Amino acid sequence: MIVKRKKLNFWERLYVPAVLGGFKVTLRHFFKKKVTMQYPEEKWVVPEGYRGAPYLVKDQEGNTKCVSCQLCEFVCPPKAIKITPPGADWKLADRPNAEKMPKEFEINMLRCIFCGFCQEVCPEEAIFLEQDYSLTGTSRQEMIYNKEKLLQLGGKHAGIQKWKHKAEEAKEQENFPVKP
Amino acid sequence: MGWIHHIINSINAWFDGLSPMVQFSTISVLKIIGVFAVLMTIVAYAVWVERKVSAAIQDRIGPNRFGPFGLLQPLADAVKSMHKEDFTPAHVRKVYFWLAPAITLIPGLVVVAVIPFGSYIGHQKMVIADLDVGILYTFGIVSLGVYGIVLAGYASNSKFPFLGGIRSSAQLISYEIAMGMSVVAVFLIVGNLNLSQVVEYQAGWLRWLPILPNWLIFKQPLAFIIFMVAAFAETNRTPFDLPEAEQELAGGYNVEYSSMKFALFFMGEYANVTAASAMMVTLFFGGWTLPFAGLDHAAGPDQWGLGVLHILIFLAKTCAVLFMIIWVRWMWPRFRYDQLMDLGWRRFIPLALANIIVTAVILWAKS
Repeated sequence: MIVKRKKLNFWERLYVPAVLGGFKVTLRHFFKKKVTMQYPEEKWVVPEGYRGAPYLVKDQEGNTKCVSCQLCEFVCPPKAIKITPPGADWKLADRPNAEKMPKEFEINMLRCIFCGFCQEVCPEEAIFLEQDYSLTGTSRQEMIYNKEKLLQLGGKHAGIQKWKHKAEEAKEQENFPVKP
Repeated sequence: MGWIHHIINSINAWFDGLSPMVQFSTISVLKIIGVFAVLMTIVAYAVWVERKVSAAIQDRIGPNRFGPFGLLQPLADAVKSMHKEDFTPAHVRKVYFWLAPAITLIPGLVVVAVIPFGSYIGHQKMVIADLDVGILYTFGIVSLGVYGIVLAGYASNSKFPFLGGIRSSAQLISYEIAMGMSVVAVFLIVGNLNLSQVVEYQAGWLRWLPILPNWLIFKQPLAFIIFMVAAFAETNRTPFDLPEAEQELAGGYNVEYSSMKFALFFMGEYANVTAASAMMVTLFFGGWTLPFAGLDHAAGPDQWGLGVLHILIFLAKTCAVLFMIIWVRWMWPRFRYDQLMDLGWRRFIPLALANIIVTAVILWAKS
């Protein structure tokens, strides 16, 4: 393929149109509205599904959902999650319908890469990546969040409840009015 | 108000009692301090202007947190650069490493000594050194400025600064020739190498088009263009900032420098740009004169207000040219190195020579 090189006329070879074009473009931009956001005073709107910091959530009745299966610890790429399972004495479950609860659950926010694998792998929908993006602390120790802090920051989240919703959809389809 | 006159009279009386030598030195020291203070302020705020102008062109706001409109930002920059660790790498040539920033800064500061920044205040001429060969002094000092960058590149003892320094020195010496030759035509017309005479020549209106001032840019446009482009190349500004831009790409002559030495390079660059724009204003834009309202006559011994006004006119013109130089940086892409050398040697030197010959022939034909 041959690139067509246009023959430049006398003024173009002196770069005059390029120079004037430069002046026009920059002058136009000089007077345009600026796109800067004054950060701490104006914050941007976090979109749906944003992968912020991972927190432990409670269900609608306020029970913690985590059953200490340690799948998230296993899948975490930088090994940011550290779970202490309850061990031989299982006295720690504080809610009905669950036998296990983690004795201690720590996420080191300095190691977390916010990938979302823990949220994806959790079978109980107990850990979610919420919308916090600016985490600060004054020491490395302070940035290792333990179970209380994670539960407190997590709030309530009913989870995705995929199969329940699919069952409801199926029922609605059974009642779909069919044209006679 | 009477006591002000009393104080002025007593200072004048004390002053007249000193010997002429001491009088001259005192006045010169005062002028030097004044010019240095103004120059350093302009250098500091040129950085601010650059950041704000580049931000405006790029659809963003520049510094706006420290002081209204970020006006105290240069102070923050100064404090930052003084607090950084001044690191000397292990394998540099220590003497040259320490000397290079100083050698870069000093010519930029010294070259303003011959530029007339005003007409008169009282009986004192507003130029630090009223040399009769002002322009020769300027070109001599500008040639010394090459050494700073060469030494910086050589002393850093590392590949990228070395290449940056070599390229920069080749660029600087090429464009010095074009710069010198373009200005010869201006001095042919004025007939005098003294810069104050050049400014006084540009008084009044243009003879054949009285709406334009009698500035030398209208009589020697080609010389102005060559001088302006050569000044961009001499001060390493875009579109000729290959030695600097290599910083963005890889190295550059100031990559091994930190803290105060880097700040000296930075200040040296802006001082050079300010000196170049002051020189352009003096030679081509009429210096401290404006063609109307009697502002193109030198101030008399009693016209202190007029003297100060002349200085302000000069500063306004210099700042306008400085703004243009800063604006250009964000407008045009930079030259490739071989295009740059081609422009300097094969285009500008013949053009400048042709300009000199044509000017000389016209002047001879007119006489």
